[in-house]
Amino acid sequence: MRLKEGDIRIPSGCAISAIMDRSGKRHDGSDIIRSIALMHDRGNGLGGGFAAYGIYPDYADLYAFHIFLDDTAARTAAQAFLEERFELEASEVVPTRRVAAITDAPLIWRFFVKPKADLMDELNDGDEEQFVMDAVMYINANIPGAFVSSSGKNMGAFKGVGFPEDIGEFYRLEDYEAWLWTAHGRFPTNTPGWWGGAHPFSLLNWSVVHNGEISSYDANRRYIEQFGYDCALRTDTEAITYIFDLLVRRHGLSEEMAAHIICAPAWDEIDRMDEKDKQFETALRQVYGPALVNGPFSIILGMEDGLLALNDRLKLRALMVGEKDDMVYLASEEGAIRIVCDDAENVRAIDGGVPYIAKLYDAEGD
Amino acid sequence: MIDYILPEYKVDRDFTRCVGCQACERQCSNKVHYKDFDLDVMKAHEENCVNCQRCVLICPTHAITIKRNDQAQPTSNNWTGEYIQDIARQAESGAVLLTGMGNPRPYPIYWDHMVLNASQVTNPSIDPLREPMETRVILGSKPQKLEIDEKKRTIKTPMPPSRQLDVPVMFSAMSFGSISLNAQKSMAMAARELGTFFNTGEGGLHKDLREYGDNAIVQVASGRFGVDQDYLNAGSIIEIKIGQGAKPGIGGHLPGEKVNEEVSTTRMIPEGTDAISPAPHHDIYSIEDLRQLIYALKEATRYEKPVSVKIAAVHNVAAIASGMARAGADIIVIDGFRGGTGAAPTRIRDNVGIPIELALASVDQRLRDEGIRNTVSLVPAGSFRCSSDIVKAIALGADAVYCGSAPLIAMGCHMCQSCTKGTCNWGIATQDPVLTRRLNPEIASERIVKLMTAWNHEIQEMLGGMGINAIESLRGNRLALRGVGLNEKELEVLGIKYAGEVM
Amino acid sequence: MKRVYSLEDRCLNCRLCEVACKTAHSATGDTFKAYKWEEPEPSARVHVEGTNKASIAVNCRHCAEPNCVEGCIAGAMKKDPETGIVTCDKDKCVGCRTCMAMCPFGAVRVEEYALKCDLCTTGYGDGDPACVRACINQALIFVESDEAELLAVERSGE
Repeated sequence: MRLKEGDIRIPSGCAISAIMDRSGKRHDGSDIIRSIALMHDRGNGLGGGFAAYGIYPDYADLYAFHIFLDDTAARTAAQAFLEERFELEASEVVPTRRVAAITDAPLIWRFFVKPKADLMDELNDGDEEQFVMDAVMYINANIPGAFVSSSGKNMGAFKGVGFPEDIGEFYRLEDYEAWLWTAHGRFPTNTPGWWGGAHPFSLLNWSVVHNGEISSYDANRRYIEQFGYDCALRTDTEAITYIFDLLVRRHGLSEEMAAHIICAPAWDEIDRMDEKDKQFETALRQVYGPALVNGPFSIILGMEDGLLALNDRLKLRALMVGEKDDMVYLASEEGAIRIVCDDAENVRAIDGGVPYIAKLYDAEGD
Repeated sequence: MIDYILPEYKVDRDFTRCVGCQACERQCSNKVHYKDFDLDVMKAHEENCVNCQRCVLICPTHAITIKRNDQAQPTSNNWTGEYIQDIARQAESGAVLLTGMGNPRPYPIYWDHMVLNASQVTNPSIDPLREPMETRVILGSKPQKLEIDEKKRTIKTPMPPSRQLDVPVMFSAMSFGSISLNAQKSMAMAARELGTFFNTGEGGLHKDLREYGDNAIVQVASGRFGVDQDYLNAGSIIEIKIGQGAKPGIGGHLPGEKVNEEVSTTRMIPEGTDAISPAPHHDIYSIEDLRQLIYALKEATRYEKPVSVKIAAVHNVAAIASGMARAGADIIVIDGFRGGTGAAPTRIRDNVGIPIELALASVDQRLRDEGIRNTVSLVPAGSFRCSSDIVKAIALGADAVYCGSAPLIAMGCHMCQSCTKGTCNWGIATQDPVLTRRLNPEIASERIVKLMTAWNHEIQEMLGGMGINAIESLRGNRLALRGVGLNEKELEVLGIKYAGEVM
Repeated sequence: MKRVYSLEDRCLNCRLCEVACKTAHSATGDTFKAYKWEEPEPSARVHVEGTNKASIAVNCRHCAEPNCVEGCIAGAMKKDPETGIVTCDKDKCVGCRTCMAMCPFGAVRVEEYALKCDLCTTGYGDGDPACVRACINQALIFVESDEAELLAVERSGE
């Protein structure tokens, strides 16, 4: 029997990359494909994917559910469930093209939906995002053969089994325009080959591409499960996404503070701080210790108004950043930045444990 | 009359080594060794020997070996010599059998059926000699979430009192009375040096140890010995002792002969009287009563100290622990059935309660199922023999552990299980001044410090091997554990997978 | 100078110092032979006085102005001007017992000749004297005298 994510835990090594235009101007997917394709050898063809923000301006206020469906029965069931909970404004097959290297693709549909207000009040006290999150968890856990690959507004995830450049071609990414693209090429240390298990992992407006294997996985998982998250895929990326969701959306912290908790300063650093800072940092580690992410990782978190990049506190995984005018480039390797912007400035490695944040100019100063 | 009781041990003296210096005789409080001056030879009253090995270790020519008396026993796996001897003892005394230290019966020891993980290729291991490797633990209750003023970098949520441990180990409760003042002082000194805590047990805090108050956990047990406002405020953490792993469901009894002037003053009871701890707290017959006592103690100490509640690991431990958390306990202590004691009825020690590994796993899971694990600290106790036992406990979900027997062994204890006799040759479980002076707190505390330092290094090595550099990333990280030689149900309760099984 | 100091509250009366001393001053360095075979039988120079309740090891103080040296009629008892160690030259000693009578600590015994602590300087290994190494409770310590004074003050404050 072939096991897929959720049946087993599969750590993987990877390449990640991101391109963002801080002015909000949108670009097609050709640059991000070139960037991730340069790091071809960091993946092994068992997973590639992209997240794109700003791609559905006509449906900007609706949740865009990208769903993998094993067969038409799964599609019928998923659509029935969505229609029960949401106003379904539009649904369509996600356009793809035949690519020799891509086989075994599921049915891929997208649904643009709006929560039914009365149900939302009844089930989640009017908490819209919680309502959507619960629906995603329900579909993934209870509708056989259906998996929600993304569920945010004006964004979507495009992923599958294959090298990322083939996946990009398959999804016709040249037809989409986004102000933020993130990409992932996967090197799983096992052979699952399930489309849902590819990256980015996405929930609501969050998307995470991640390179690394977190050694604190089960401590993190068992922590967030206490808050109702079902770590069904059992991947690091999923756990990290949920930690951000918990800290930012539900505990009201900034993304920067969440990153600070995920990569908390070491005690010997805290011990050297003045009394006030020491108290502050001690309380953070005391309460949020289980959210500390340990082991090597580099991640790029896409969000509704920008991105956040983070390395583990020992800096055990590569992640470079470069800038040029309004553009921000991130990649596991410098070459993957240079190939799309050979005169990028300020090209440097991101420090261990210190988040790099880029926001849309419109969003700054919130 | 025939004495039906066989000597348990034989003294094997090598006369090609013995020089007749009589050091063994002078150091044996059980009066085993003596010199036959007519024959100019050392002899032994073997029936008195408890196998404490003091003579073995001090003999300048290593002439002594203590052996188990190999008297032939009936050929039966059922009627073993042990049961026959116990019956002989009780037929003579008409009394409950008493013993000391932890459950020695051959129950499964789950620590020995769990193995740890390490990083290979996909995730680098970390060298603790080159990188920070954090074993600091903070104990106390915590809010689920913090409200933060990020600009001012201040926490708006009120933080309950907490205590910091530099090593994830505290010394278990052992009362003055059951152990000597020197033994308690040794642990107090070691706790201060290590940045951790010792526990007074239920016998009060001797005036000489008040200076170690910042490193003291002061216990409030059913006998309330030595408890007053000053005592509560002298300690750093207050612990309500409901039960003890070695004797769940029963109280304690310190015989009057151990209640000398110092013990009497510290316990606040008349000299020479038996100190009897009732089986239950007579003001706690229910969980809501526990809540009242917890808050009475918090009131008495201005809400400045964490309150811990210790129970024995019994069948319903998970539900009880959850109730304790909701009753206001800041620290939950679970004492497993291999936990030590100064005195317990043998049958209770050996047959009541459950193994700490299973209790810990089920309490941690229950608290998580209820979404409250992160609000309290969880401390297991009861026979942590080495650093890897501790690492495994933390991976199962412990915040820190209590160790009692290990520091005693560092001080000289050789597990002879004869604490009740009051003749401890190592100066630990005795109040006889001739014997207690054998325990030099300066030497003993240094040995405990060395032991814990060594364990901490080992813990750091194991953490680093797993690619983890902070102990909180190991806490409850059950993927770090795999079972070997366990059945499905055991794996299920422990919440771990079998070795070799796919992740 | 460094001397052996005896801490009464730590002494356990095990008398292992005596065994060690006797071995250290034996011809063979073997405890069993020292007790059971050597002729003449070697003697310990440290003696524990008292019982299990209260005891103390008595040994030579190597006084600044030793009475034993002053009283020695044969010129056998000498204090080394460099090390301060007081020793008896057994070839010169006539066994008159004057030193024994004059020692305020009872630290000299006389058998065929005067026997006293030589701080193990007569051939027994390096490091602390044998009695100090053998003591199981650090009741014998080998320290400079000012260190011992400090320690005494510290310990009386306990």
